[in-house]
Amino acid sequence: MVATRDGDRLDGTAEPAGVSVRAEHVTRRFGDRAVLDDLRIQIRASEFVVLLGPSGCGKTTLLRLLGGLDRPDSGTVTVPRARAIVFQGARLLPWQRVWQNVTIGLRGRDAKRIALAVLDEVGLRARTHAWPKTLSGGEAQRVALARALVADPALVLLDEPFAALDAITRARMHDLVRALRYRHNAAMLLVTHDVDEAIALADRILVMRDGRIGSEHPVALDAAERVRGYARERLRSDLLTEIGIATGQH
Amino acid sequence: MSSPTEAPVGESAGAHTRTATDPDRSLARSRSPAMETFTSTAWRRGSAYRVLARLRSPLGVYTVPLVVLVLWQLASSSGWIAPEFAASPVQIYSSAVGLWRAGLLGPDLAISLTRAGAGLALGLAVGILAGTVAGLWRAGEQAFNGVVQILNTVPLLALLPLMIVWFGIGEESKVLLIALGAGVPIYLNLFAAIRGVDRGLIEMAVAAGAGRWRLIRRLLLPGALPGLLVGLRFALAYSVLGLVAAEQINADSGVGFMISQAQTYERVDEIYLGIVIYAVLGLLADQIVRVLERALLTWRPTYQGS
Repeated sequence: MVATRDGDRLDGTAEPAGVSVRAEHVTRRFGDRAVLDDLRIQIRASEFVVLLGPSGCGKTTLLRLLGGLDRPDSGTVTVPRARAIVFQGARLLPWQRVWQNVTIGLRGRDAKRIALAVLDEVGLRARTHAWPKTLSGGEAQRVALARALVADPALVLLDEPFAALDAITRARMHDLVRALRYRHNAAMLLVTHDVDEAIALADRILVMRDGRIGSEHPVALDAAERVRGYARERLRSDLLTEIGIATGQH
Repeated sequence: MSSPTEAPVGESAGAHTRTATDPDRSLARSRSPAMETFTSTAWRRGSAYRVLARLRSPLGVYTVPLVVLVLWQLASSSGWIAPEFAASPVQIYSSAVGLWRAGLLGPDLAISLTRAGAGLALGLAVGILAGTVAGLWRAGEQAFNGVVQILNTVPLLALLPLMIVWFGIGEESKVLLIALGAGVPIYLNLFAAIRGVDRGLIEMAVAAGAGRWRLIRRLLLPGALPGLLVGLRFALAYSVLGLVAAEQINADSGVGFMISQAQTYERVDEIYLGIVIYAVLGLLADQIVRVLERALLTWRPTYQGS
């Protein structure tokens, strides 16, 4: 079991420059089922990678390994020490007000000031002192996003964070994530089963199959091309076919 | 087509669908329509409604006990209940006034309250400390859980003779019994509450970079607060139980002693007075917990009753 936490962007000595995530020969078993089987993945600094696959294909398992919440049975995982996870549910502490939820992992005297600045970025400055029970689903997920970004991470792992939101709120969240990504310049890995979400956000789409990265699709489209056009539709149908194959084999 | 002549067409269509459905079902529908209409509840904030609501339950949760008290008084004064069987509320009150004036009630009450207070303070302090340690650390669980589970199984009253043998009939045995009554439930509830904090939240905090101390202070302890207050409710109730047991068996002062004296001299009114004092202590304890809950658990999105 080797799980190093080196490769921090600040010292940058442990990894060749420009690599944020490197996982090699990673295997993870639950019982006699190998959920991840000799998987290999690499993510460049400030790259946005979307991991696509049907439910139960091991996406979340991989994300938990990269987040340090779980350890591989074999292989190595190297990720930045400064990383954050946005979970499927917002996972806010109900007994802490919004700004205190944002500062849960933050140290220092000006924690609140930093929290307020990030809440401003996600458009929730007005809800700073609200209790989580009074937030809508989209607002709660934006607090979770603020909590992830507040420590200026080099890597943000997003585990289907928008799956439970309605279409319009989800589209707004996509815009927000895109804006935050350019501002914070962090590598991002988004796990989803939503093909449209993947096309909307990714620099590169990875489709998982049989516990490995089955295929890879660089997405070199501009904002307009991601919404409509031949290239988009072509990519979309390719991805759907691949996920269909992956689903069929389960 | 836009003329009012359309209406009969709509009606006949409605009649057609009705004949098409099962006659039993259409009957049931006519009794409880498939549609519901909701309107503003602002009228509930109006003064007339509030007066009505107050009349329906003028003393909140204490309305029913008060009604029982009035019925009890009526039954006693009309001779339904024999005086040697149960004193009437008025008799109990006048014996309370009499005893107080004679300087017999005050000191007994004071000594009982002191015992309860000392026992509670000791029991809560030890229970909360041990419960926190056991909840947070596996080693603490190993150290305390077995002992407390055994103490929880043994009836409180069975320990009284042992207490007397160990500590004599002085104050120590009484305070310890009360402390035991309070400490065990607060420990058990606090331990369970800390262990019951959502794993997903803990994972989130660890992933966000919260350290051990931050985790305890911001997550585990506040998350265990509802459980702690449940434990406090039990602790207060059991401490009164311990008080009664300790004072009635080996005491020469206190409310329990007053009751056993009254039993010896067949003063039913004074027996009742003692019971009433215990009841008031219990109600007071419950009110304290209610106030604490309202102040400390404002964040909780739970059902408030309708």
